[in-house]
Amino acid sequence: MAEAILEVRGLRKSFGALAATDGVNLDLREGETHAIIGPNGAGKTTLISQLAGNLRPDGGSIFFAGEDVTRLSAPQRAQRGFARSFQITSVYRDFSALDNVALAVQAHAGHSFRFWRPARAERALRDPARAVLEEVGLAARAGVLAANLAHGEQRQLEVAMALATRPRLLLLDEPVAGMGQEESQRMVRFLAGLKGRRSILLVEHDMDAVFTLADRISVLVYGRIIASGAPAEVRANPEVRRAYLGEEA
Amino acid sequence: MNARVVVLAAGVALLAGVPLAATLAGQPYYIDLIRRVMVFAIAAASLNLILGYGGLVSFGHAAYLGVGGYAVGIFAFYGVHNGWLQWSVAIAASALVALVIGAISVRTRGIYFIMITLAFTQMLYFLAVSLEEYGGDDGMRLKVKSQFSGLIDLDNPVAFYYLVLVLLLGVVYLVHRLVNSRFGLVLRAAKSNEARSRAVGFSPYAYRLVAFVIAGAICGLAGALLANHTAYIAPAFMEWTRSGEIMFMVILGGMGTAPGPALGAFALLLVEDLLAGWTQHWQVILGPLLIMSVLFFRRGLAGLLPRGGDDG
Repeated sequence: MAEAILEVRGLRKSFGALAATDGVNLDLREGETHAIIGPNGAGKTTLISQLAGNLRPDGGSIFFAGEDVTRLSAPQRAQRGFARSFQITSVYRDFSALDNVALAVQAHAGHSFRFWRPARAERALRDPARAVLEEVGLAARAGVLAANLAHGEQRQLEVAMALATRPRLLLLDEPVAGMGQEESQRMVRFLAGLKGRRSILLVEHDMDAVFTLADRISVLVYGRIIASGAPAEVRANPEVRRAYLGEEA
Repeated sequence: MNARVVVLAAGVALLAGVPLAATLAGQPYYIDLIRRVMVFAIAAASLNLILGYGGLVSFGHAAYLGVGGYAVGIFAFYGVHNGWLQWSVAIAASALVALVIGAISVRTRGIYFIMITLAFTQMLYFLAVSLEEYGGDDGMRLKVKSQFSGLIDLDNPVAFYYLVLVLLLGVVYLVHRLVNSRFGLVLRAAKSNEARSRAVGFSPYAYRLVAFVIAGAICGLAGALLANHTAYIAPAFMEWTRSGEIMFMVILGGMGTAPGPALGAFALLLVEDLLAGWTQHWQVILGPLLIMSVLFFRRGLAGLLPRGGDDG
């Protein structure tokens, strides 16, 4: 078994009396796709925000490749290889698609205290960015302002930005949310193509996407993981069926 | 060359022709007026770096006009007229003051940032008022202008005019290079979407602080110029209405555009001059004009120019 790249131990986060994350243990092996599912309000986005470093947990720890990153900020984690997509698409709307990805490349090309050379003329930033746009199928839209891209294209762009940082861990918060049938299938096919090459932690509502992509599924209900295992096991788990899948069917 | 470049080149040619035209027309007053406008255009260009490109709504930018002006004035008060020294200290002191103000204020956002920058500038304003030795509230005259080893004579209005023009062009070019460099793109990206910037691995604070210091330094130079232009230094350099005026120039001209601040400075100060010639109640007319201009030129005066460049 490959070693765990991400290990979460006893993670806790409360908002007032509400325990949004209630002692979560979780791990992600190198190259694995691990999906977190759960009904609305289960605390999925709260969990991913703590993993990405946007939200400070009340207790517990997060280890990344053996290092305790619990206290590190989001940019510090990004520098160590975390990449995140947001539930609500988050791109630089007033920059072109290519600029967006080039900025992601730049973020991982040393410090940016370079004041004189036009960054848009730097092949060291533009060429890798073009290659990633090609990979996600947005090459033809490179010059388009991100705000003018279709919703599905913006989601693709977000994934492209994540990949451009050459991440060791992808945190994807509902990557197919709000997409049409066709767009969503295209995204799932694309993510399936990353399987095995990337370590992916995926939060998703779309069950087709989850069962297509996940090597392992954990079910989060009221801040606790009630079941974890291979897709077939989780599907068969009576507690899960009662808490979640039953409602969906 | 695109149409925008042609229009801007024509504008520069026009500025270069002002002293000749004013002299021929027997109206040297206009050399003085346009020189003053260009000094403010430099101040506005420096504010544009942090306001237009960085999204930092500094409501205290006049502080650096004051620091730059007093640097020149205090040296002159003690009989030191060397311009190289005076102006270097004006720039360095402004950068230092910006570093202190920025280190505290840049961590905050929105209304807090506005209030902290305003508060620091008010402190400097009252500090200047309290300096009885340097004229207190009334300020002091600059009896001898900055001396540049005989290279340029600031008492010659035309020579001084061209110096300010060259410095203005230099500052606009400098800001243009900055905002298109890696540094500038980080600054602009953080304004566009801070959460995305952090998730992708940028820590915006340090970049914003450096931009804040650069803007302060450039505005310090404008302060040194203003002191020589008016041959007078007073706390009024730092009045909060002055900060508001500089901010208004940037907004009117077009935030986050290269020519915007200069256009805004020209529009505001020339209209002010024109109205003041008609009536002493000119502010009653200027106010509504400003409101209308913001309503109708959403992208500022620069938005009226032909499209072009990648700084828009």
